[in-house]
Amino acid sequence: MTNLLTLEDIKVHFPVKGKLFAPTEVVHAVDGVSLSLKKGETLGIVGESGCGKTTTGLAAMKLIEKTHGTITFDGVDLDRLAADEMRQTRQKMQMIFQDPFSSLNPRMTVNRAIGEPMKVHGMGNDSERADRVAWLLKKVGLSPEQGNRYPHEFSGGQRQRIGIARALALNPMMIIGDEPVSALDVSIQAQIINLLIDIQHEFNLSYIIISHDLAVVEHICDRIAVMYLGKVVEEGPCHEVYTNPQHPYTKALLSAIPHPDPTRRRHRTILSGDVPSPIHPPSGCSFHPRCPRKFEACDQVTPELTVMGSAHQVACHLYR
Amino acid sequence: MQNDYLLEVKNLTTRFHTHRGVAHAVNDVSFGIYPGEILGVVGESGCGKSVTAQSVMRLIPQPPGRIEKGEILYAGRDLLSLTRGQMQKIRGDRISMIFQEPMTSLNPVKTVGKQIGEVYALHRGASKRESLEKAVEMLEKVQVPEARRRAKEYPHQLSGGMRQRVMIAMALACDPEILIADEPTTALDVTVQAQIMDLMLNLQARQKTAVLMITHDLGIIAEMANRVIVMYAGRIVETASTLTLFGETGHPYTKGLMNSVPVIGSKDASGNSRLCEIPGMVPSLFDLPTGCSFAPRCAHAQSRCHTEMPPLFTVSPGHKVRCWLCESDHSKGTTP
Repeated sequence: MTNLLTLEDIKVHFPVKGKLFAPTEVVHAVDGVSLSLKKGETLGIVGESGCGKTTTGLAAMKLIEKTHGTITFDGVDLDRLAADEMRQTRQKMQMIFQDPFSSLNPRMTVNRAIGEPMKVHGMGNDSERADRVAWLLKKVGLSPEQGNRYPHEFSGGQRQRIGIARALALNPMMIIGDEPVSALDVSIQAQIINLLIDIQHEFNLSYIIISHDLAVVEHICDRIAVMYLGKVVEEGPCHEVYTNPQHPYTKALLSAIPHPDPTRRRHRTILSGDVPSPIHPPSGCSFHPRCPRKFEACDQVTPELTVMGSAHQVACHLYR
Repeated sequence: MQNDYLLEVKNLTTRFHTHRGVAHAVNDVSFGIYPGEILGVVGESGCGKSVTAQSVMRLIPQPPGRIEKGEILYAGRDLLSLTRGQMQKIRGDRISMIFQEPMTSLNPVKTVGKQIGEVYALHRGASKRESLEKAVEMLEKVQVPEARRRAKEYPHQLSGGMRQRVMIAMALACDPEILIADEPTTALDVTVQAQIMDLMLNLQARQKTAVLMITHDLGIIAEMANRVIVMYAGRIVETASTLTLFGETGHPYTKGLMNSVPVIGSKDASGNSRLCEIPGMVPSLFDLPTGCSFAPRCAHAQSRCHTEMPPLFTVSPGHKVRCWLCESDHSKGTTP
């Protein structure tokens, strides 16, 4: 299988103005991320708030400018594209957001919201577009009659369905979902997860699912990348990473999830402290101040991703 | 009837009278909390779990909210019949509450030490110095490092986890008998959530505070609660001990909820990862269906379910289910 999307050493740094006359500081939001997505595959990016998972997703779509690195989509280096070529390419990459309400224009009917991207990209005439919108609404489990309503008339789950229909409008090859089910109640969350799985097969899509919820990611993803402070600390096939986590952070993250089974014995590793600031990331391995297994090398040398066996990589000095 | 509840809620009915109509947020809810237990309340948004808690604390904004009916019995008194002043004496002292988003419940222009001390000064009449000492002691208790320095900081200087610790310190300053925790870890990252859950369990075991733990997360219920109440559309649909609830789930809604949660390690080997979903959505509180509120989404619904609201049937001691399917279990000899 060929790679649809390849990120190589992506860095995104934001300058932040400090106090007056103080030198400008830099947030290292994404700090050297390399990932790839194969055709038809689902890649999960997990991590806690501020780890750079959303920024990585936005940078991959060139919705924010990266500081360093290359992005190759469907064999083309995105940096080499002119603005109008980039617009053409962006048809093939779509995004679904966490809060579907704030990503839908409250004054546009659902029909218009879904039809808009097709109009912008000059797809079909009015009646063809209307037909396609009705067809898309049915695909995502809504009725075409509901298309004349406004976003506020829908529940959270239905709005997310509208967001998915809009993302599908241009026949994309890849969809990046940024916390696509986090704002939903569990019973609705299951409906949307199932919908995402169904349309992936039907439309032959590749997904990147960005989430803080490890259980959701395990359910939909083939491969998973765990991020901490702007870096990927572990990456590999989902099953492998969940059953045999290597990085102390991945282990702690997995053990921290409350399990809905009261008879299960807990072996919880509780991390002390909070995630450090990405303005002044710790020296060496950025996880070392919270790591239960740190030793001398950890605060001096930054560990590189090392292959641990079949496609499973980990960035930790314990496994050199 | 004599019982050993610390706090008992009887037939609580809370409604909101809005320009859109009347929202039936809490409908005829009755339950009790035993001393020193953790009672979990679980349900999806709009099921009435938070409104129930706010009713107990008398924190419902009136208008539009109104507690239409019911009694909340605590220490031989009905909290609903108390004056504002009497209620203020209980609130924060004997019964206190922590919320989901600590940033919005903390005063941004006061140091956290002052805010914690304030509670103590108000209820115990402590001096400024005493209450600051108490604040530092409480911060140490909730494991805030460098408590004395932190007490002089403002909420925005603390991380989300630290702010929630401050809220807990404030809530426990007067050693309350009951702590109401409304989604206390929902806004936090998982590793920080684990820290806060661990802290709450430790403090609860030491101080023997009864906790009413409101959450949407069945995982938190399984790990923390002794007993559970499941709510749907403003009603209790099932109540049981945690082990019974997970082991012998009674209500179709509870079953549906449990099956729809993705659980790590439950994906089957064939790679089939579809989840069991509950079809449809929660009914509008402005227009609840007659009969069982869950009937429109229930796979087992019969004609009776759509017309008649089932009562809570006792299926075994301490295990009650609001479902007509349990009527036969109920009549099999357990005393109502």
